[in-house]
Amino acid sequence: MNSLAERLIALAAAGVVLFNYPILSAFAVDGTIAGAPVLYLYLFTAWAALILLVALALRRNGRGGRGG
Amino acid sequence: MLPEWSILLVSALYVGLLFGIAYFADKLGDRGRSLVNNPYVYTLSIAVYCTAWTFYGSVGLATQSGMAFLTIYLGPTLMAALWWLVLRKIVRISKLYRITSIADFIASRYGKSMALGGLAAVIAVIGITPYIALQLQAVSSSFDVLLYFPDVEAMETPRGVWDDKALYVAVLLAAFAILFGTRHIDATERLEGMVVAVAFESVVKLVAFLSAGIFVTFWLFNGFSDLFARAASHEAIQSLGLLHEIPGGYGAWLTLTILSAFAIIFLPRQWQVTVVENVNEDHIRTASWLFPLYLLAINLFVLPIALAGMTAFGPEMSPDNYVLALPLAEGHGALGLLIYIGGFSAATGMVIVATIALAIMVSNDLVVPILLRKQALSPSVDLSRLIVNIRRLLICCILLLGYLYYLLIADAYALVSIGLISFVAVAQFAPPILAGMFWKGASRAGALAGLSAGFLFWLYTLLLPSLAETGILGQGFIAHGPGGIEWLRPYGLFGITGMDPITHAFFWTMLVNAGLLWGISMFSRRGDMERIQAALFVDVFLRSERDARFWQGTATVGDLQELLGRFIGNEQASRIIYEHAETRGDRLADTEQARPELVHHVERVLAGSIGSASARVMVSSIVKGEALSFEGVMEILDATSRTIEYSRRLEQKSKELEQATQELRAANERLKELDHLKDEFVSMVSHELRTPLTSIRAFGEILLNNPEMDTAQRQQFLDVVVRESERLTRLINQVLDLSKIESGSAEWQLADVDMDRIGREAVEATRQIFSEGKTELRIEGGAGDATVKGDPDRLMQLAINLLSNAAKFSDPDHGRVRLRVDDGPGDTVQLAVTDNGPGIGESDRQRIFEKFHQVSDLQAGKPKGSGLGLAICRLIAEAHWGTIWVESEPGEGSTFICRLPRAGGEHCDLTAHVDFSGWR
Repeated sequence: MNSLAERLIALAAAGVVLFNYPILSAFAVDGTIAGAPVLYLYLFTAWAALILLVALALRRNGRGGRGG
Repeated sequence: MLPEWSILLVSALYVGLLFGIAYFADKLGDRGRSLVNNPYVYTLSIAVYCTAWTFYGSVGLATQSGMAFLTIYLGPTLMAALWWLVLRKIVRISKLYRITSIADFIASRYGKSMALGGLAAVIAVIGITPYIALQLQAVSSSFDVLLYFPDVEAMETPRGVWDDKALYVAVLLAAFAILFGTRHIDATERLEGMVVAVAFESVVKLVAFLSAGIFVTFWLFNGFSDLFARAASHEAIQSLGLLHEIPGGYGAWLTLTILSAFAIIFLPRQWQVTVVENVNEDHIRTASWLFPLYLLAINLFVLPIALAGMTAFGPEMSPDNYVLALPLAEGHGALGLLIYIGGFSAATGMVIVATIALAIMVSNDLVVPILLRKQALSPSVDLSRLIVNIRRLLICCILLLGYLYYLLIADAYALVSIGLISFVAVAQFAPPILAGMFWKGASRAGALAGLSAGFLFWLYTLLLPSLAETGILGQGFIAHGPGGIEWLRPYGLFGITGMDPITHAFFWTMLVNAGLLWGISMFSRRGDMERIQAALFVDVFLRSERDARFWQGTATVGDLQELLGRFIGNEQASRIIYEHAETRGDRLADTEQARPELVHHVERVLAGSIGSASARVMVSSIVKGEALSFEGVMEILDATSRTIEYSRRLEQKSKELEQATQELRAANERLKELDHLKDEFVSMVSHELRTPLTSIRAFGEILLNNPEMDTAQRQQFLDVVVRESERLTRLINQVLDLSKIESGSAEWQLADVDMDRIGREAVEATRQIFSEGKTELRIEGGAGDATVKGDPDRLMQLAINLLSNAAKFSDPDHGRVRLRVDDGPGDTVQLAVTDNGPGIGESDRQRIFEKFHQVSDLQAGKPKGSGLGLAICRLIAEAHWGTIWVESEPGEGSTFICRLPRAGGEHCDLTAHVDFSGWR
């Protein structure tokens, strides 16, 4: 187990938590932020953030070692 | 309303363009200028995941359950984060053992089992058929919408077979798949034309869908906030809670997320583009984030389009058609055509890759094994031709199957529900593959039982009901169970209700599949082949390719070449044997016994063409003698890993040794330097001693030889003698002091000492030195309490040394020396002596405190001091738990600072014992 593997597993786990009950239910509420429904805005923002973090973790110079 | 011919023409032109791109890419690849060796093409080809389901169906789903459509894309995002761990391992295993499909992977992992491979192939074909039907339905209905809009009735009217565009689309796609999907007999060879065409289609569908979204959001409405605000007041949207609720519930949400996370790896078409067509494992790095980003982009406008459609159309318009209907309703025919092409490309991309992947899977893991078992292949048949033709036939059959299913269920279902049936089917591959990759204990019997049971449950809880709803089996089957047996109801098995059909089926299939795999594996005995394959798969990163030599029987080179030639052609076969011999550096005659490596190599090459299970059967048919036992193979493998481990340790040892040598060398250098300094010191001290001695002796001799010298002169000479003797004494005292402190025999009397007083007394004591020259001496500071624990005599010596040092080095004409005692940082007292002398270069600032060091002053020539004063200062400062250093700029003078801890600190609890051992 190297540090890159640990980071990726942590990110996937964070995604599971962010995109499911009960965290999700906190955003399933009536109301809008800047004109967009809270739920819509939350899902796409969290999604984009997760993609960004995965991209950072897998950057070429961020090699965490070889093997798996 | 667009004229029919224009839609047909555009579709035909688009398909023609696809053929052209694929042909061009194949030609480039043949010339060695591959387009697919590129992470972006790889990522775009993975986007074949977005089919007509995404393009039309997501909008339909969003009108029923709001944001839940997003789960189908969040699941793959989560799985993509783990691709580097899971997918990379699958790719490595597949490359190493020439595995060409999911069925082959499962068969190979569980002891090259023909039964498992065949079962997996059957599941894949039956499971994917509805999915292919979905694409045909989407193409056909989008065509009708484009043609008949706004006449909803005409759109929904069923047409005769020859009037149905789906049939022609299926035929065109079969032609494409046959042309670009069966170029090589070796299924591990990449289908570059297909990959590039699919990547191109991914661009087209993204552009088309974003155009639709931007049109709806910014043309029909004034941006997002306007759209959401108007939708919020719409009655249906409000009552369904689409904007702020999750109508399907969190259980369904979780199920869909897991299902789609499995689907992104285990759908046969995804396996084809991510595993088989992977050129470089490093491309997974890029795809892991870029592919989710593609998904995000294509989903951004799904909810806006769904909401806009709901506000614009009544219930008679199918929500799956909103994407297309919205621009048409505004009279934008050209945009409608672009969107139609986008949906067309999404559908065709999926169908092409899926049929090719399925055809290879079925031919390698179902048809060829059956033919071999039945011994139906006479030696005269050209097998390579036969296998390629089998694949072509299979492509047609699979498309036909999809078309039949489409006819059967046409328009009875929303797009998404059809797709989810397929998702649950391919999820059955997850337990045997994931367990097989990470758990050596998973056995063939367990996998076989789990996979069959999962498949049967899927048939019963999803596929049969889907047919029942179309009226074939009768509605009573779903509502009351077969023959009225309530606990066998397909949507409420064993009386368990309360889940939607997909969650219900997913729960039961996974339970029996994983449960049987695990349970039976725990208690079954595994054969040698199973154990070998398990070890090879699970530890694939630990071993090299060369390790896999499992044949100890014998076969001649000629036999092997003949066998290979039957499947891949004689020319190709002799080339492969020749190349293998070339890399090993030996030439082989036909009659010679083949080495185990060659036998294994031939088996691997065959596996790429006819699947691993069949390849094994074929090779063992000509090899005389047994394959190695599990123990035998493990011995080879362990020997190799031991060697690797040994050499790794050796490497580490030699690294340590090198480091030790370096440290030793550094220590030696230091010793040499010290030795050199000592020599210098001795000669310096001797020189310093000799100078006063010489003058004392000279003046003494003069006095002795001239008794009649006048009194005044005698007085002067005696003065010199006395002064020189004093200097001599001082020098000897310093040398003695130094060695006394260093050896630790100096006696220290600890007392509370006021540094202020020390400073003032030192100034008094040295006032004489300063008044001899023209140097001005000032004392500053000294207001607060400056008590330290220490030996007053030694501290006095320290201050005097610093002052006399300053006197020696300050400007002889305008010299200024300041002594300052004040508070240092923390609980410390600082004594600083500043002069305006020439300053000290950076290289000397550290070494000046070494006991033999003197600043070589080029202008002054001869050093002025003994080189001991500052060394003594440092010894004293450190003995008082303090530090001493110099701050200086050349030409700007220098400041010597001694910082000592205030009395009362922890250090004062110690006795007067001072440890000097660390000083040298």
